[in-house]
Amino acid sequence: MTDLPDTTNSFDSSRTLDAAALAEREGAQQTDDAADYYVDGDPIQDTKAPGGPLEERWNTRQFEARIANPANRRRLSVIVVGTGLAGASAAATLGEAGYVVKSFCYQDSPRRAHSIAAQGGINAAKNYKGDGDSVYRLFYDTIKGGDYRSRESNVYRLAQVSTSIIDQCVAQGVPFAREYGGLLDNRSFGGVQVSRTFYARGQTGQQLLIGAYQALERQVAAGTVKCYTRHEMVELIVVDGRARGIIVRDMVTGEIETYFADVVVLASGGYGNVFFLSTNAMGCNVTAAWRAHRKGALMANPCYTQIHPTCIPVAGAHQSKLTLMSESLRNDGRIWVPKNQADCGKDPREIPEEDRDYYLERIYPAFGNLVPRDIASRQAKNMCDEGRGVGPEVDGVRRGVYLDFAEAIDRLGRKAIEDKYDNLFDMYARITGEDPYTSPMRIYPAVHYVMGGLWVDYDLQSTIPGLFVTGEANFSDHGANRLGASALMQGLADGYFVLPNTIRDYLAEGPFEKIAEDDPAVVEAQQSVKSRIEQFMTTNGTRSVDSYHRELGHIMWEYCGMERSEDGLRKAIDLIRSLKEDFWRNVRVLGSAESMNQSLEKAGRVADFFELGELMCIDALNRRESCGGHFRAESQTEEGEALRHDDQYAYVAAWEWGGADEKPILHKEHLTYEFVEMKQRSYK
Amino acid sequence: MKLNLKIWRQENATAPGGIHTYELDDVSEDMSFLEMLDVLNEQLNAEGEEPIAFDSDCREGICGQCSLMIDGEAHGPEVTTTCQLHMRSFRDGDSITIEPWRADAFPIVKDLVVDRSAFDRIIQQGGYISVNTGAAPDAHATPVPKDKANRAFDVATCIGCGACVAACPNGSASLFLGAKITHLGELPQGQAERDTRVVNMIGQHDAEGFGGCTNIGECTAACPKEIPLDVISRLNWDLHAALRHGK
Ligand SMILES: Cc1cc2nc3c(=O)[nH]c(=O)nc-3n(C[C@H](O)[C@H](O)[C@H](O)COP(=O)(O)OP(=O)(O)OC[C@H]3O[C@@H](n4cnc5c(N)ncnc54)[C@H](O)[C@@H]3O)c2cc1C
Ligand code: SF4
Ligand code: FES
Repeated sequence: MTDLPDTTNSFDSSRTLDAAALAEREGAQQTDDAADYYVDGDPIQDTKAPGGPLEERWNTRQFEARIANPANRRRLSVIVVGTGLAGASAAATLGEAGYVVKSFCYQDSPRRAHSIAAQGGINAAKNYKGDGDSVYRLFYDTIKGGDYRSRESNVYRLAQVSTSIIDQCVAQGVPFAREYGGLLDNRSFGGVQVSRTFYARGQTGQQLLIGAYQALERQVAAGTVKCYTRHEMVELIVVDGRARGIIVRDMVTGEIETYFADVVVLASGGYGNVFFLSTNAMGCNVTAAWRAHRKGALMANPCYTQIHPTCIPVAGAHQSKLTLMSESLRNDGRIWVPKNQADCGKDPREIPEEDRDYYLERIYPAFGNLVPRDIASRQAKNMCDEGRGVGPEVDGVRRGVYLDFAEAIDRLGRKAIEDKYDNLFDMYARITGEDPYTSPMRIYPAVHYVMGGLWVDYDLQSTIPGLFVTGEANFSDHGANRLGASALMQGLADGYFVLPNTIRDYLAEGPFEKIAEDDPAVVEAQQSVKSRIEQFMTTNGTRSVDSYHRELGHIMWEYCGMERSEDGLRKAIDLIRSLKEDFWRNVRVLGSAESMNQSLEKAGRVADFFELGELMCIDALNRRESCGGHFRAESQTEEGEALRHDDQYAYVAAWEWGGADEKPILHKEHLTYEFVEMKQRSYK
Repeated sequence: MKLNLKIWRQENATAPGGIHTYELDDVSEDMSFLEMLDVLNEQLNAEGEEPIAFDSDCREGICGQCSLMIDGEAHGPEVTTTCQLHMRSFRDGDSITIEPWRADAFPIVKDLVVDRSAFDRIIQQGGYISVNTGAAPDAHATPVPKDKANRAFDVATCIGCGACVAACPNGSASLFLGAKITHLGELPQGQAERDTRVVNMIGQHDAEGFGGCTNIGECTAACPKEIPLDVISRLNWDLHAALRHGK
């Protein structure tokens, strides 16, 4: 009922790089495609992770991290931006510890953060099934799944705390699926050898978030947390080099408000909406993170994007978002397109067997329809690029492939398929108006998750002292690719167990000096917020914010989507720059800034997406290798599979804001593997 | 298709509001209801009229942020959320009236947007199990019978949208309340606070200005998650038990 693992994990057919492959890599082009677009900076390092045995590192850090005196905590204040799994769990836990917490979200209730939409499940190394799972195995799978672009220390800690998450959630009353004996049920994600995924039917994210939300509301009642809903963070306040507060817009009154604290936590989620169409919620944005980036926080690996293969295709120009169809469907559905272009417009049921191309089964006989997400996605695109896509033409191209259950229904009976997938089939029918029991589903890949985010050290602290980042908003644990059911795990690990234990080390130095309302840094931040709003309100152009967002999304999807190339990325950067210029001259925002104004909200977000989009392209240009969710056309094997170049690119690309119209500065964090050997994957 | 839309517009909480009429052409049946409103808003923006404010976020039926009265029905004619309603449920030439949730406890913010923070305040009064982070025993310490776990899950799927309140002639939130009482009350972890929870949550419900339940059942008919009416019996049962226990 969900998320298959994106990459290798169980598929242990990976091979160690042999001499031939090494030679091939050495021969690889050494040019830096992005040279004109950035400036080289000093290397960067994570200085917080202790050394020593992997399994001891987190204990060591927890022991070494200072403790804020309990009597002092009432005088220590924390701002948490975001009420998803990563934010609500952190705010609740910090409230319980006695800190004074302010929690912000843009929705009308903390319970609506987009974590609510996660379907599949959450991983934890409980080994309740006695099938050989362990912390080490989950660690290993995650490192490998991330295509060797994440940190061993971080990932090991994630696997370690995963087990406590399940305990905590069960105690809160999260109704996970259970077996007849009353114990928790687990499922394995297609192909994985162990069952480590806990789930609550197809609504795991909802149930976990409600648990965290209730813990948060309990603290509101206890007076430790104050919630500010419909409040959007639009600026970070940095005073004397420390993050000390935020500026928000009250989305109901339009008031610009300033809040101070000893420390600021961003748990503001992912930025997949830079593509306009994605499985994210309408309001998901990069603004909180981007404002912090502009104030000095480094942005890491922004180009790593996860594209999910099984989403409902775009139906027309009006499309506002895309809906995920659980990947578990690939267990029983067979993916195909017509062999002949001439058949693409036909009723699929009339296309005879011999005229169908079950392309995944053909190209990857060993894994067939269960190949990892990135491969399934890219091949669907290839088929449509060849002109063999199906479904309605949108902008002159048919972008869809069939996911066909006819054979499974024949083999298992309709009832069995209903039992497994009924809610998904209903959702599909509701959205498309087609009945997937009698005619194949149409699916197409869509942007789903971003592995990139603000750079943080082992303590989850960014490069701005006092600014911590949790959940999808940071870059920390998934490398170049995230495994299914691991984002929920990371969000809750960060919020319940990691951050509360690392932030105290920073807070032990507090409370910091009170900040004056007229401090120049504060006045400057308020001024810049107000003048930006003023500019949107007075531009009085001709085009709506949405129309710009849509166009930006097209550019990103076309050139920085499933396959990226040097030429395409250069072109994208030019297109983004000129569109951005036009946006600032010609956007139309009606209404008033002193009341609820949804166009104004969107304008601020889109303005930041322009800058982010450009950086994503530069990052993708710099990384002339294919790894995880990043596929460079120039870096593939003869068979067209992704090819990493560990000798050149085994680093985190951490970008520093260089200034408006200035080049960003690249800091590299070199990744070393002490415990796991780097391998190339293969699915043939 | 071509539509005649009658839409409630109201500048802010205190300003007087009224129905405005708009014509919209070229609506495709594949659009969701909210995408239809997006198209209308693009049209209004082009014509120089301020777009209509309405709530939505996930647009996949799970966050509970969308909330429209469509021809007098909360979330419209199908059993689903407003965002999952599609235009194929309507016909060319239809006239559709779109209004915000109407309830004393949900004041209008602007146009079609209302304030549902009363729901959060109800949860604050006991809609949780008191367990601090890190204090939990092993998840397998307490087995939960599968039927109870399933029942807890079924009612925990409430998305907090407020359609039940909007549909109820008394403006009661008993279905929402009953769903939470039942979710936590089915689980062994929820027993310790069962009495205080129901008393305090009902107290807050009434203080917020939600009406009493007279068993009409409009709530469950409008509920996109099909929360059953019997959660309200459970609510009453728990309340009586709590009162018997002297709470
Ligand atoms: C459809 C879908 C299905 C998924 N399924 C799974 C799955 O099965 N398993 C899995 O592990 N992962 C899954 N994921 C990924 C996972 O759900 C997310 O990565 C994760 O929930 C993100 O949590 P978060 O707390 O970091 O952010 P979010 O839940 O997105 O929360 C962000 C919060 O920040 C607030 N915010 C944002 N910007 C601002 C601002 N400027 N000012 C104020 N507040 C702001 C928002 O209001 C919100 O409260 C799925 C994702 C999607 C989209
Ligand atoms: S009970 Fe149903 S209608 Fe009421 S808030 Fe919950 S989901 Fe919405
Ligand atoms: S917008 Fe989330 S439920 Fe409708």
